[in-house]
Amino acid sequence: MASGVKANEMSNTVINIENAVVSYREDVALRGVSLRVKSGEFVGIVGPNGAGKTTLLTIINGLGKLVHGRVEVLGRLLTLGNGHFLRKKVGYVPQVENIDPRMPISVREVVMIGRYGLLGLLRRPGKHDWKIVDEMLELVGMTQLAQRPIGHLSGGEQQRVAIARCLAQEPELFLLDEPTASLDWRAKTDILRLVKLIHDSRHLTTLFVTHDLSCLPVTCDRVVLMKQGLIWGEGSPKEALTDDNLSQLYDMPISAVRERRKGAILV
Amino acid sequence: MDLSIFGYQFMQNAILSVVLGGIACGTIGVFVVTMHMPFIGVCMSHAAFAGALLGLWLGFNPLIGAFGVSLASAAIIGPLADRGELRPETSVGVIFSLMLGIAFLFMGLMPGTKSGALELLWGSILTNTRSDIILLGIVAAVVVGLVFAFYKEFQATVFHRDMARSVGIPATLTFYGILVLTGATITASLRSIGGLLIFSLILNPAAAAYQLTYSLKRMFLLSAGFAVLSGWIGLLMSYLFNIPSGATIVITSSAIFGIATLLSPKRRVKPWQKKPLPEERQ
Repeated sequence: MASGVKANEMSNTVINIENAVVSYREDVALRGVSLRVKSGEFVGIVGPNGAGKTTLLTIINGLGKLVHGRVEVLGRLLTLGNGHFLRKKVGYVPQVENIDPRMPISVREVVMIGRYGLLGLLRRPGKHDWKIVDEMLELVGMTQLAQRPIGHLSGGEQQRVAIARCLAQEPELFLLDEPTASLDWRAKTDILRLVKLIHDSRHLTTLFVTHDLSCLPVTCDRVVLMKQGLIWGEGSPKEALTDDNLSQLYDMPISAVRERRKGAILV
Repeated sequence: MDLSIFGYQFMQNAILSVVLGGIACGTIGVFVVTMHMPFIGVCMSHAAFAGALLGLWLGFNPLIGAFGVSLASAAIIGPLADRGELRPETSVGVIFSLMLGIAFLFMGLMPGTKSGALELLWGSILTNTRSDIILLGIVAAVVVGLVFAFYKEFQATVFHRDMARSVGIPATLTFYGILVLTGATITASLRSIGGLLIFSLILNPAAAAYQLTYSLKRMFLLSAGFAVLSGWIGLLMSYLFNIPSGATIVITSSAIFGIATLLSPKRRVKPWQKKPLPEERQ
């Protein structure tokens, strides 16, 4: 299918997944997925719960274990040993989890963790690192909360901090897993704007996973539809996100899909 | 009050033991508390006790048995906890009781008097020798040294293991490193505090420190300080009222935890929450 890569962007492939199979105990999470992503692309990954979207992200940052197939990221073949190296270049914003409100770590320290991998063992963060951390906090609008304990922040604020932490890593790939889940309408809109802004201004390659269509930036270059551990279809948002496709993807009657889509696309 | 007893060699050994053991236990406790896995520590300390008895029974150094068996239990529980496949309430019940069962089995099989075994159960800090102190000193120095050297790896791993991994920190290695240090600390303190009580000296001071600060560095300092203080007050009580020192040390550490919980700023309204208008969001 046609990819919606803009002509003025480089056309080199940064992610090349061939026939990937991932299995957790009895469940097969990915059942033979192939995907190529080019530098600078903004790819939305859409599908119902359990489709394998998160697993797809984890094989790109080397956290997931392949039982079959090959994954090449930023020109390197992912093997058991080198996931470590790649993770430093791949920024990953996982799904929001509840953080213990008494956790003894401040927002600024959490963002600094993003730089720890780059710093390497036995080196302490210097002035330069703190400067980058403060810039990232500024970018996501969290400067005034920098000294707060991380567990005291709301879901939307924690998501911003996670994005700042990811950017402090100075990644080439930007992977976001359900960054808008459990956020209110306003916070969702803000996060989507922020992600798009960051993608454009920092020339990243972005993979954005969501099960909520209203949370897919309409500006994404390409949409990948996933279902039951397979890539079910892909294309430009217009091509891919038809009522017909969605009704099959989510096993819902077309009328119900139309009813739901009348709602809002946020950005 | 006659305190001339503190002039004796055995008492000075005991005082030094609680300083070194307190520093090691207090530091390890911070990991146990912030990683929300007291159950691993409980299982490891009872496994250490069982291992020590195995050594006594078969006639090899009980501390080697303690270290080996507590690491073996960590090797079983660690991967389960790391993958989030563990329901702590079930595993603690099973492994804790299994380890006690094994320990008492060895005790029953052991010929002759059981005084050596009982000493490991209740601890006998007043009989600590120079070699006990050297072992405690080495373990305390290793624990504190590693925390200094790899502070950022520990901090990230404690906060969120998957996130630490995703930024390229060897979080799995760090996690298992913490378990090995826990085993070493338990082993070195076993003879002083006792297999049944050692875990409270790991958990209580750190739990108290957790109530009092939002800074991980300060939490390490407070926790080690509380552990040493528990040891000193416990020793004094033990002497004044002629009661077992392991028990007084642990009860003192629990009292410190109780006071810290009562005084905890984490239960109070924060200064920024008192402002009449919410802060600007952006």
